[in-house]
Amino acid sequence: MVPVDYYIVLSAILFTLGALGVLIRRNPLIIFMSIELMLNAGNLAFVAFGRSYEIAGQQPFFTGQIFVFFVIAVAAAEVAVGLALIVEIFKTKKNINIDEMNSLKG
Amino acid sequence: MTSELIVFLVLSLVAISSALGMLFSRNAVYSALFLVLNFVTVAVFYLLLGAPFIAMAQITVYAGAIMVLFLFVIMLLGAESLAPAQSLPWQRPLAILLAVILAVESIYLVFARARSDLVVTAPDIAVNSMDNLREMAMTLFNQFLLPFEVTSILLLVAMVGAIVLTKQVKGEQR
Amino acid sequence: MHLSESVVNGFFFLAPWLVFAPVTGLLINLIFGRQWSEKMVGTVASLASGAAFVVSALLAYSVSINHGEAVRWRLAEWIHIGTLNLDWTFRIDSLSTTMMLVVSGVGTLIHIYAIGYMHEDVRFKNDEGRFNRFFIFLNLFIAAMMILVSGDSFIMLFVGWEGVGLCSFLLIGFWFEMDTLARPSWANSNAAKKAFIVNRIGDFGFLIAGFLMFWYLGSFQFDEVFKAAPDVAESAPWVIVAITLFMLVGVAGKSAQIPLYVWLPDAMAGPTPVSALIHAATMVTAGVYLVTRSAPLYTLVPQAQYIVAVVGAGTALFAATIAVGQYDIKKVLAYSTISQLGFMVAAVGMGAYVAGMFHLITHAFFKALLFLSAGSAILGMERGHHHLAHGHHEGKPARGKKSSKETHDDSHHGEVRRVEPIETFDPGDMRNMGGLRKSMPVTFWLYIIGTLALAGIFPFAGFWSKDEILLDSSLHFQNIYWLLTIAAFLTAFYMGRQIWMVFFGEPRHAAAAHAQESPKVITVPLMILAGLSVLGGALNLPFEGFHNLGHWLGYTLGEVEGLPLDLKIAGISTALALLAILISWFIYGRNPLRAHQPDPLKKPLGFIFTGMENKWFVDEGYFAVFINPFNKISQFLADVIDWRFWHDFVHDTVILGTYNWLSEIALDRYADQKGIDAFANWLGDATQSVSATLRKVQNGFVRSYALAVMLGVVLILGYLILK
Repeated sequence: MVPVDYYIVLSAILFTLGALGVLIRRNPLIIFMSIELMLNAGNLAFVAFGRSYEIAGQQPFFTGQIFVFFVIAVAAAEVAVGLALIVEIFKTKKNINIDEMNSLKG
Repeated sequence: MTSELIVFLVLSLVAISSALGMLFSRNAVYSALFLVLNFVTVAVFYLLLGAPFIAMAQITVYAGAIMVLFLFVIMLLGAESLAPAQSLPWQRPLAILLAVILAVESIYLVFARARSDLVVTAPDIAVNSMDNLREMAMTLFNQFLLPFEVTSILLLVAMVGAIVLTKQVKGEQR
Repeated sequence: MHLSESVVNGFFFLAPWLVFAPVTGLLINLIFGRQWSEKMVGTVASLASGAAFVVSALLAYSVSINHGEAVRWRLAEWIHIGTLNLDWTFRIDSLSTTMMLVVSGVGTLIHIYAIGYMHEDVRFKNDEGRFNRFFIFLNLFIAAMMILVSGDSFIMLFVGWEGVGLCSFLLIGFWFEMDTLARPSWANSNAAKKAFIVNRIGDFGFLIAGFLMFWYLGSFQFDEVFKAAPDVAESAPWVIVAITLFMLVGVAGKSAQIPLYVWLPDAMAGPTPVSALIHAATMVTAGVYLVTRSAPLYTLVPQAQYIVAVVGAGTALFAATIAVGQYDIKKVLAYSTISQLGFMVAAVGMGAYVAGMFHLITHAFFKALLFLSAGSAILGMERGHHHLAHGHHEGKPARGKKSSKETHDDSHHGEVRRVEPIETFDPGDMRNMGGLRKSMPVTFWLYIIGTLALAGIFPFAGFWSKDEILLDSSLHFQNIYWLLTIAAFLTAFYMGRQIWMVFFGEPRHAAAAHAQESPKVITVPLMILAGLSVLGGALNLPFEGFHNLGHWLGYTLGEVEGLPLDLKIAGISTALALLAILISWFIYGRNPLRAHQPDPLKKPLGFIFTGMENKWFVDEGYFAVFINPFNKISQFLADVIDWRFWHDFVHDTVILGTYNWLSEIALDRYADQKGIDAFANWLGDATQSVSATLRKVQNGFVRSYALAVMLGVVLILGYLILK
């Protein structure tokens, strides 16, 4: 028996770590991974809340899980496009350091 | 301290440390592998929370497909590690400071302001039955049919987008 | 029976086409007229007017099978404010359809005539591009006149009233850059302005009448006004008197009555078809129509009726005396028109509405005929003059229809297109004419018919209608009867004088000797009008069972007993008319006028004839009493008050001086340089330095932007905690 708050705190910590990753890393691939980590943190909170409502309400409750399902689908789409962008940037600049992508053109 | 809580704390420790590992690894391949570990840990959390389908989806889609894609791209581009930072020297300490403040703030808010009575217990065996899955499917395909279809369109668009972005235009010099 | 029931409501829906048909015509000519030939333009315009005539006839038929009941056909909502409800509604009853028939019938004939007339006119004046414009204006006039006669409220009537006023202005000033002799001058446009301004005085009266009407009777709509009027007449009779008398001012303006008639003779500056259509047959009768339409108001106040009758009769006599002393063929007819309008106004003033309307109709026929024939004579003179100037070297007898062809041919020769300096030859001056009987026989006979009808010789149309007015006046007001009888005598006299001067004797000018007959497009409409002038009396014969017009108008105005023929009255007027023609023969016919001979009446009548010749100096009087003092006051206001006092002193010295002092010393030196400039400079410097600092934040690194977002999140959460 675990209070749902613990899960939420865990989710918050994971989210903060993800945000930190976005801020400190210069490799866009790792920034991408950090974003995935943040999405996962959110997913964890969804499922934890869903489970706790299921227990409190004494009946199946799937909304939280279905939300996670959609998030996974969106994440997959995002990764597909994002990685394609990174590959394309690498092709033109021969480099993927995010600090060098500071001009709108070229 | 119940056994469930012990399991939770241990798994939490694994999840957080793997996240930290991802953050601070010098090699991007290690980062990706740490992230796989993190995803698997989260999948175990899902199992504990009575969501076996999501747990499997997490492992196959995230830990499987997406992370493989990441590894593939890292190795394709040879982007395992970058040269040491030249610019923005104060970015890193400032970001860490802010992240710590954010974590403290959110933990404080959860415990001090948004304390909930809800608890989570380990599920019984019934959640692993076919009935449970069927019922979830019924919800998904009835109540959430429209978002579901929209998601399929989104995936299609992403697929087309990825192809268009990486397509080599005829006659273009590389 | 069954058929008639099915069309009882059948033709009223056509009412809007009274207006839309001519508007369509004018739009077509506006768009395509420039490319089209003159024949095409004229045909379209005539057809548009003819369509209005057909609609009028169908509406008249619908009214007759509806037993004369007035139908109000609402086309569109116009103004709805508070209790004021104004719609564009057509009122179709026996009175309005009568007017529609006259307007569109005579109008169509004049359209056809104008095809021939304007063809030559634009060539004599060397601007063929204006042919199209003329017909656009003419169609616009028909549309406005239809709005006037079909309106269901005084305001709708006023809309048409102003519309015809505008068309009158445009058409009088049709040759705006020349005078009637085609010399460069502003005479024609001054005539147009005079007509417009004098009408404005009349319209002012009409508007005051309308305001009073709305204030005291609560409506503009005819039926509602007439329903409310008797109660008001009971409690405050002066209101109705004021309304009717202010309306009389409007009538005097539009229908050219004393004291506002002065514009009509000058309006002869317009082309002759315009003089015939607008300034004789239709527009100027709008005042008579207005009084007839407002009959229920006038009937309530006999004092006002008497004033109207006196104004009419006075005008009839006064204008007739002036007509005797005129030399211009159209001026004579113009004063004759004023005089005849006086007859009509007198009739409707006496309450003899049927007689007034009857005379309106017959007058439309024979006065249109006279004007158009006069136009034909003038054209004949112009052709003769043209022939003198250019015709001899052609060496072919250019007569009749050929003459128009010749002008066609001439227009292709370069040298004839130029405006030849016309020496002071006036083709409309009767002293230049004479002997046209032989060269223009058709015009001569048509003119004779018109003259006999106007003079009131049995059995022409004018005899019946004028006799009815005289009979009515003899029953009501003896003094008015005598005024009108003298006017009728003078009418016959000046018409006889005109006939002898124009058509008999020997040509007094070479142009008259070479005058040529007009083509068929001009003479055929005249023949139709001549037929109507002969037979028009049949509309309302003073015999039992023949009061057709009286019965027909009775639907609207209330049934009145038709008067039988009074042999004494009829005999006196006919005898006087014949006597007048005889006298005119003695003076002008027996010894025809020779060239440059003064008028034989000049010696026996002395200063009276000088007065007649000079229109009794009314225009000069208006100048002395109104216009010159007005100019002097304007001069004083402009020069002394505005320029010297207001501009030189107040503006330049006081305001500008103060302003200069203020701006140089107080504002520029202190407020501007030390205050506003300093502040603005400080603001600019501050902005620059702040932006120099802030610019560094925009370093282009995505990560630092993300850091800023993070900072924001942390701050917001912190705020939530500390709140």
